Amino acid sequence: MAIFYSFFKTLIGKEIVVELKNDLQLQGTLHSVDQYLNIKLTNVRVVHRERYPHMNSVRNCFVRGSVVRYVQLPAADVDVDVLHDATRVEARALKAAAAAGTLAVRVRWR
Amino acid sequence: RIRRGGMGSKSKVTTAIEEPLGLIRLSLDERVYVKLRGDRELRGKLHAFDQHMNMVLGDVEETLTTVEVDEETYEEIIKTTKRQIEMLFVRGDGVILVAPPLRTS
Repeated sequence: MAIFYSFFKTLIGKEIVVELKNDLQLQGTLHSVDQYLNIKLTNVRVVHRERYPHMNSVRNCFVRGSVVRYVQLPAADVDVDVLHDATRVEARALKAAAAAGTLAVRVRWR
Repeated sequence: RIRRGGMGSKSKVTTAIEEPLGLIRLSLDERVYVKLRGDRELRGKLHAFDQHMNMVLGDVEETLTTVEVDEETYEEIIKTTKRQIEMLFVRGDGVILVAPPLRTS
């Protein structure tokens, strides 16, 4: 049930660009990620840094998952076939869990 | 599973209930159109998604739409800005809708 958490773990050490909902874009190396898709970046460089002078001295940062709009990824580091398979597995697991949930409710009402 | 009959009682066509995410699943590895909050649209190849509508899209074009109002004529000027991104993770809380690409693309 954690397809994108696992996906981001495969990208640790790679260069990514995190675009926040306030339009700030942070380029850096993915250091770590957690279940909420909170991200820690190292060697941070602000894209369009002239617009964000307050970030000049930031080298490492923690980004709350909920403020992320996009993460730009290097296509070469993404295996799309693995993603397709993982999505199908995830969808199947969800369906099974939903079906099991419904079943439990029915039993209780009896 | 829902059994759907035709007019006669003899037809035995069964259709599995397709919940909305199941319909998106049909578009895996196909190009899709995604409408996002903030007057943004994406067109790209759907590689992955989850129940939150988090997605990974490939070969993406993002279209940003802005409306400027002319000070004198009060005319509305609609502008679009486009951007190409080779591989993109999209956080689900910004997604409004997912559809097959519109014919204008």
